[in-house]
Amino acid sequence: MLLDIQHLTTSFDTPEGEVCAVNDVSLQIDPGQCLGVVGESGSGKTQVFMSMMGLLAKNGKSEGAVYFEGRQILGLETSELNQLRGVELSMIFQDPMTSLNPYLRISRQMTEVLMEHRGTSHKQAIATSIEMLNLVGIPEAEKRFRMYPHEFSGGMRQRAMIAMALLCEPKLLIADEPTTALDVTVQAQILELIAGLGKKMNMATVLITHDLGVIAGLSDRVAVMYGGRVVEEASVIELFKSPQHPYSKGLLESMPRLDTSSEVALHAIAGQPPDLQALPAGCSFEPRCIYAFERCRREIPDLRASGENRVKACHLEKIP
Amino acid sequence: MSGPGSNSGAPRPEPILSVRGLKVYFPIITGGLIRTTVPLKAVDEVSFDLYPGETLGVVGESGCGKSTLGRGILQLLEPSGGSVVWLGNHIEGLPAAEMKHYRKEMQIIFQDPLASLNPRMTIGDIIAEPLTVHFPELSVEERKQKVREIMEQVGLLPLMINRYPHEFSGGQCQRIGVARAMILKPKLIVCDEPVSALDVSIQAQIVNLIKGLQDTFGLSLIFISHDLSIVRHISHRIMVLYLGNTVEVADRESLYKNPKHPYTKALISAVPLPDPELEKSKKRLVLYGDLPSPLSPPSGCVFRTRCPLAQDICAAEKPEMTQVGDTHQVACHFWDHDI
Repeated sequence: MLLDIQHLTTSFDTPEGEVCAVNDVSLQIDPGQCLGVVGESGSGKTQVFMSMMGLLAKNGKSEGAVYFEGRQILGLETSELNQLRGVELSMIFQDPMTSLNPYLRISRQMTEVLMEHRGTSHKQAIATSIEMLNLVGIPEAEKRFRMYPHEFSGGMRQRAMIAMALLCEPKLLIADEPTTALDVTVQAQILELIAGLGKKMNMATVLITHDLGVIAGLSDRVAVMYGGRVVEEASVIELFKSPQHPYSKGLLESMPRLDTSSEVALHAIAGQPPDLQALPAGCSFEPRCIYAFERCRREIPDLRASGENRVKACHLEKIP
Repeated sequence: MSGPGSNSGAPRPEPILSVRGLKVYFPIITGGLIRTTVPLKAVDEVSFDLYPGETLGVVGESGCGKSTLGRGILQLLEPSGGSVVWLGNHIEGLPAAEMKHYRKEMQIIFQDPLASLNPRMTIGDIIAEPLTVHFPELSVEERKQKVREIMEQVGLLPLMINRYPHEFSGGQCQRIGVARAMILKPKLIVCDEPVSALDVSIQAQIVNLIKGLQDTFGLSLIFISHDLSIVRHISHRIMVLYLGNTVEVADRESLYKNPKHPYTKALISAVPLPDPELEKSKKRLVLYGDLPSPLSPPSGCVFRTRCPLAQDICAAEKPEMTQVGDTHQVACHFWDHDI
């Protein structure tokens, strides 16, 4: 096992009181595997990995444990984390413009990674960086290499981010909504790129997104998050074929899709996503759940097996 | 629902809106010492008709001019050329005072639900504002009554009338935006990416709401979106834009089942399907490269720089809109070629 997250809980101190963004989350990833993490805004999907990378906001704190290749990395000192981040673990973010430094040329931002982490010579770093830009499909890489981020289009910036994240050949890439800011045709290019590179470099990937279509194309397993908890986890085929949690099922049904009749009305999930500061006493999905019964209001459901190699957190035995 | 977009064979009613050769150009000043103005052709010669009760979907990627088109139709931006005919009257370039007369019949819903609501007004005042502008003779009580009615219709509790926008979630804010657009009982609503800022489970709520209101009031809609699955769901006819040009217009079924333009084909094949087996096995037509700069669009066909079918003629000649089916038009020299 490459990554093992055990009972991770992350909370933030806010003027309105403590807000629990991640609640008792456990996830595992094997080498070379792609785990999709789906959820809506505020479901905690990003904060799980921000906690693990030591990138939480100042008012945040986490409990639990994260084992990377058997070593506990949650809460490590910055200097120790820096030996892992960008080397073994890399992360790419949704908005490539705000994660690149606008003052520095792409060349400087890329070579820095290699010289800092690998102690590569400047000359060698330049060669490797240009090679990586070629690999992610940036045209005229030698010329583009000397440009500033604002001279790149959105798709090229995201490619540059990916190139930067892959420079040290990490074992795990965390991609947080990597294509949300991009157009569909560019999204298709980037997803193809991530899938291809993952295979080529035998790199494990965590794909955090709200788009089930993106998950379907890339992931091996899927974890569905709601209100800071994992509510269902299964192989991608099983999850899409027979979702066992009412939220996963609702999410799948509320998506307009190109492969079914357009006459079918969309099944919207009624109500609003939960307010993390005022979570219900029982299951956090209960107020929106059409199957909810008395026990759901009282008791938070634990994750339990719902079939072979899959789990869900729901009191319901089976969705009728 | 069988809208006017379905091929029923019955004679079509008069269009509610006729757009012919609409151009919206932005002057861009370039050069250092010798300044010159170059037109940025955001919308270039777009024509279409919109019928009562019909939804026209407008799709394309960012920068293709779809929002500018919506604003050009509503005269929120002054067109640089072409005509916009609303129920028989030319409205292009009308002075604001005269345009005001038509504004009550055409409204708009914006993309960012929170940013399009004034944070210092209560939602009651926000929703009532169109009434204040167009029907100042109404009494405060009459206005409140209308606001309450419309709030109920869009799924907001009337008792929330005195709250402020920040107290609402994104989905609810968009309901407020819909209520504001609906309160004048308009004939046309331009929906400019109304759901793209919302969570998936909320998107469906808003799409269903807009569709329901259309059925109830016989609204015509121009639904602008980059999301092909949503556009397919709500539209009767769909227009595909690329770099300010219409590349294909067709009724929903023909466009998705039988796209003719290589760009439409690529767009449709790029949409990820929420089905792992299909998605991992399907053949994808991936476009390479990026959108060219709209300041120096390619000669001839604007799509030729990314087109897998492009030949010499595409650089030399701009393809004309060709009728390829009853309700299907395409602008491509090689529309009958396979990729």
